[in-house]
Amino acid sequence: MTTLEANNSLLPMGQGSLWKRVKRDPLALMSLGLLVFVALAAVLGPFLVPHDPNQASLGSVLAPPSAEHLLGGDTAGRDILARLLYASRYSLLGALIALGTALILGVTGGLIAGYYPGWFDGVSSWLTDLIMALPGVIVLLAARAVIGPSMWWSMFIFGIILAPSFFRLVRSLVHGVRDELYVDAAKVSGVSDFSIVFRHVLTVVRAPIIIQMSMVSVIAIAVQAGLEFLGVGDMTIPTWGSMLNEAYSKIYIAPQGLIWPGAMIAITCSALVLLASAMRDALERSRGASRSRRRKRGPAAGNTRLTSTSVSESTRSVETPESSALEVIDLQVAYDDEAGRITTVVHDVSFSVARGEVVGLIGESGSGKTQTAFSALRLLPAGGSIIRGQVRWKGRDLAALSEKDMEGIRGTQIAYVPQEPMSNLDPSFTIGSQLMTPLRRRLGLSRADARARSLDLLDRVGIPNPKRTFEAYPHEVSGGMAQRILIAGAVSCDPELLIADEPTSSLDVTVQADVLDLLRDLQQERNLGILLVTHSFGVVADICDRVAVMQQGRIVEDGPVRTILRRPAHDYTRSLLAAMLQGREPLSMLTDTGEEGTHE
Amino acid sequence: MLRFVVRRGISAALLLAGITVLTFFLLNLFSSEVPRRILGEAAGPEQLTLKAQEIGLDRPLVERFIDWAGRAIQGDLGRSWFTGETVVQALGSRLTVTLTLIVCTIVVAGVIAVVLGIASAVRGGWVDKVVQVLGVIGLAVPSFLIALALVTVFAIQLRLLPAIGYVPITTSVTGWMLALLLPVTALAIDIVASIAQQIRGSMVDSLQRDYVRTLRSRGLSNAEIVYKHVLRNAAGPALSVLALKFVGLLSGAVIVEQVFALPGLGQVAVQSTARGDIPLVMGIVIVTAMIVVIVNLVIDIVQVWLNPKVRLS
Repeated sequence: MTTLEANNSLLPMGQGSLWKRVKRDPLALMSLGLLVFVALAAVLGPFLVPHDPNQASLGSVLAPPSAEHLLGGDTAGRDILARLLYASRYSLLGALIALGTALILGVTGGLIAGYYPGWFDGVSSWLTDLIMALPGVIVLLAARAVIGPSMWWSMFIFGIILAPSFFRLVRSLVHGVRDELYVDAAKVSGVSDFSIVFRHVLTVVRAPIIIQMSMVSVIAIAVQAGLEFLGVGDMTIPTWGSMLNEAYSKIYIAPQGLIWPGAMIAITCSALVLLASAMRDALERSRGASRSRRRKRGPAAGNTRLTSTSVSESTRSVETPESSALEVIDLQVAYDDEAGRITTVVHDVSFSVARGEVVGLIGESGSGKTQTAFSALRLLPAGGSIIRGQVRWKGRDLAALSEKDMEGIRGTQIAYVPQEPMSNLDPSFTIGSQLMTPLRRRLGLSRADARARSLDLLDRVGIPNPKRTFEAYPHEVSGGMAQRILIAGAVSCDPELLIADEPTSSLDVTVQADVLDLLRDLQQERNLGILLVTHSFGVVADICDRVAVMQQGRIVEDGPVRTILRRPAHDYTRSLLAAMLQGREPLSMLTDTGEEGTHE
Repeated sequence: MLRFVVRRGISAALLLAGITVLTFFLLNLFSSEVPRRILGEAAGPEQLTLKAQEIGLDRPLVERFIDWAGRAIQGDLGRSWFTGETVVQALGSRLTVTLTLIVCTIVVAGVIAVVLGIASAVRGGWVDKVVQVLGVIGLAVPSFLIALALVTVFAIQLRLLPAIGYVPITTSVTGWMLALLLPVTALAIDIVASIAQQIRGSMVDSLQRDYVRTLRSRGLSNAEIVYKHVLRNAAGPALSVLALKFVGLLSGAVIVEQVFALPGLGQVAVQSTARGDIPLVMGIVIVTAMIVVIVNLVIDIVQVWLNPKVRLS
């Protein structure tokens, strides 16, 4: 109940836009309406009922609802409605005291600690840890032993206990903003620290604080009701908790007594929780809408969704003899978003990679080259699918294969070398275990054999100390080493074809050539076919036999590397070549490399 | 790893020391009224002075603290001012009941949350909706209120389960389970929902990671990837949620115990605070703080084990 959740993930946003967004959410509006209603009942209600909440009359014991007693009488003959309204008033007041105390202490403390790192930050953070290690109810019971049964004091103390939730939130937000440029600018232009905090920092933390306020109110109401329910509170004032306490002690006579106070707590708290979550959604929507949309769609089934209904009716005629060649025929890849719109990112792409042949697929970001490569492995990101065409491999159409059959092909027949080495190793497992698992699962090797083979592989790809690397975690090796490890993993189950997605572009210039050499050596040694996705004609010239140039999802030109390099037929090819000769990458590469790999 | 455990252990001990000092002095600030409360209104000034001497109130606060702390380190938390029973004795059996309740809740909630979390990450659909609804209920409705509702429906109306009381597991296993069923359910809902939501979130997030695609490219089965790699990477954040929820769980347990009249810490806490039995109250605060600090310490260590990256720093 006293869980303190610091919503560090919430990014700053102004209050105005938060309200605007919440206004459009019917659930949030309804919650807000309920809260206003409860608040009005608490403020005005006691003036509207004629009865004293503590006045008992024998005649009204367990009286049914009537015009005189709208909700009837309780077990002591008191008017339930009057008690409920007074209880709402006191319960909410108690919660407000706790909330106010927590807000004042936590926000001021958080602002200071976040803005001036130093002794105050150290001391207050330690105090925060201390307070958070104490169960609120226990502390409040202890406090009662000292100060007696005062709800007001209890709620003040509970405010102190709740303060860390604001403190942590504000502190981390302020930490984030402090170094922002505009704060620096304000400092330079001589604005005092106080007004910087007030003007810039406070606007940033406002919306997250409002959300936190509703969550803290929920906790305050719950704990206050809990304490009163324990019967250690001030029994002279009615609260939701004390009403529950009385009703529970008479549960065998009149269990219905639990309903009203229970409902009030549940309704008020649910409204607060729903409002908070609506506000949080609004905040999250306001940043990176596209990213969250892509995420939401992400269940594991995403990759298996590749449908191939239309595949069968398309180019059936092309029957190739069973050769070790990858043949992509009229491939079309499309993404559908939640609104049902379909965006085609690869159009009518055809090419082939024979065994022992290195084929380059070159183009700038967004040209569809990575999507084409992923299609061959059927590893398109969620939402993407092959909508037409074939991916022929050994007489079968991979586009039409079941996921199970496809698993049988990945790794042992077609393998993959990724672009970004560090993010392609699971950070939680050792390198050795990540190398061994496919060997054991796919080739059925024993533990010892898999280990020996992994060590050989590490040695083969040029890792200086295979044993140490075998036991290391991914974060303990360099990017160049990680890429060698990934190459080792790709060839571990003796594939015939490698699909390498920009295998060198995120590496240090000095190791790029080494990694390309390694790929070429392995290719010759094992007679591998390689489909090499790249944006660099340098890489193409270095290693490829043939190259296909892609632009905007289409192949605009293809042929032997020599021919294309000497006599590029297409303007786009020429511009790519010119960019390479001038020693720089095409401009568009620089602007959106962040998209590379996931959504090209 | 060892260095991390030692460092973390020292800071936990410091935290506990801080809590002890703070609690002791705050609790004893107003203890001058205690003799009167023990002896009643009729007692004369001489009797009061005698009583004060007897429980040591005449000595300076600092001296009393050093005395108390010295014995506390040896496991002696003093005697109750009212019953004369030692604090350790008074808390012992109560602590067992409360810990049983909490451990059962965590185990039950953990298992259900993992299943629900995986199901809603992998399948989505109605499981997702259930988890979301549970999330709102768990956050919005205090556990003791859920407990009251459960008692009313299952014990009073349907008469399926015992309303109150505790059966030790040594007496009857089924009786023990039946007695704990409702309290555990009441406490578990919030934890199930928040952990399941966290697991879902981090699994959906992990599934989009590059290394998952690379694992798939090696031909590993979906099940192996989801249950081994993705789940392992989602375990850390889920444990963090548990750590955050644990303090609240302890608070909730104290109140829920009262609903079911379980003879746990909650009962003795309510009795001793009403009387102002400072040594007992002090013992309860220290013991619960110790539980929280130790649980957090253990979770931190497990986190490091789960996430090798932390191990180095």
